Amino acid sequence: MSLSVEFIIKESVLLVRLEGELDHHEATNLREEWQAQLAQNQVGHVIVNLEKLTFMDSSGLGVMLGRYKEIQAAGWEMVICSISPEVRRLFDLSGMFKIVKLVDNEDFALQMLGVAS
Amino acid sequence: MKNHMRIEFASISQNESLARIAVASFISPLNPTMDELTDIKTVVSEAVTNAIIHGYEENPDQYVILECRIEDSQIEITIRDHGAGIENIEEAREPLFTSKPEWERSGMGFTIMENFMDQVEIQSSKDEGTTITLSKQLTSTKAIFN
Repeated sequence: MSLSVEFIIKESVLLVRLEGELDHHEATNLREEWQAQLAQNQVGHVIVNLEKLTFMDSSGLGVMLGRYKEIQAAGWEMVICSISPEVRRLFDLSGMFKIVKLVDNEDFALQMLGVAS
Repeated sequence: MKNHMRIEFASISQNESLARIAVASFISPLNPTMDELTDIKTVVSEAVTNAIIHGYEENPDQYVILECRIEDSQIEITIRDHGAGIENIEEAREPLFTSKPEWERSGMGFTIMENFMDQVEIQSSKDEGTTITLSKQLTSTKAIFN
């Protein structure tokens, strides 16, 4: 029940697809890989697809909030999409969607950020 | 139905998922709803992560003790470490408080536990350790008993 992460670049957008469970054990690796992707590639906006994420705890919230702050400070947007009801409970409790945009699916998110899919 | 389990595991982060899975399968005979199961897995994850990060400061040679008791529809989960202890429990319970902001901790652990469970008890002594007791009555079975 570990986490697998897929990074895809579409024009100026970094797409991050998470699958499995995101806890403290997985959070450190995810942060390092994500930061490396942001540093290596000339991308701006970020879409985080949580469709296949089955579990997340507050360690995951920490990683999301950390990246949101970095991306926003650089003048870009971070959008979360395709969240499951289970994972959404935690996001709702944390008030995360008061600051990070949530959309239904990846296509909407790409359109919103000006990428033709 | 009455049952009890106790497991002890090394304080390494790989065991966070073990703790979640152990509790989830132990309580499955009570037929929790999807939401209840998610809530319980989340709070176990929070408390075990706290024990590993804060209690033992990620020292892998220590042990976390996880107990779970079920009686009818009532669940009681205890997570115990013999680590550093919490200096100020009131402060630790505050939303967004974290003693380790540099580690990207969200400070939401106790807030999540308090929201997802009926009752959260914290017992802690400096250098002796921390015991978290989490209780919840399952609603599905509550309805039947009512």
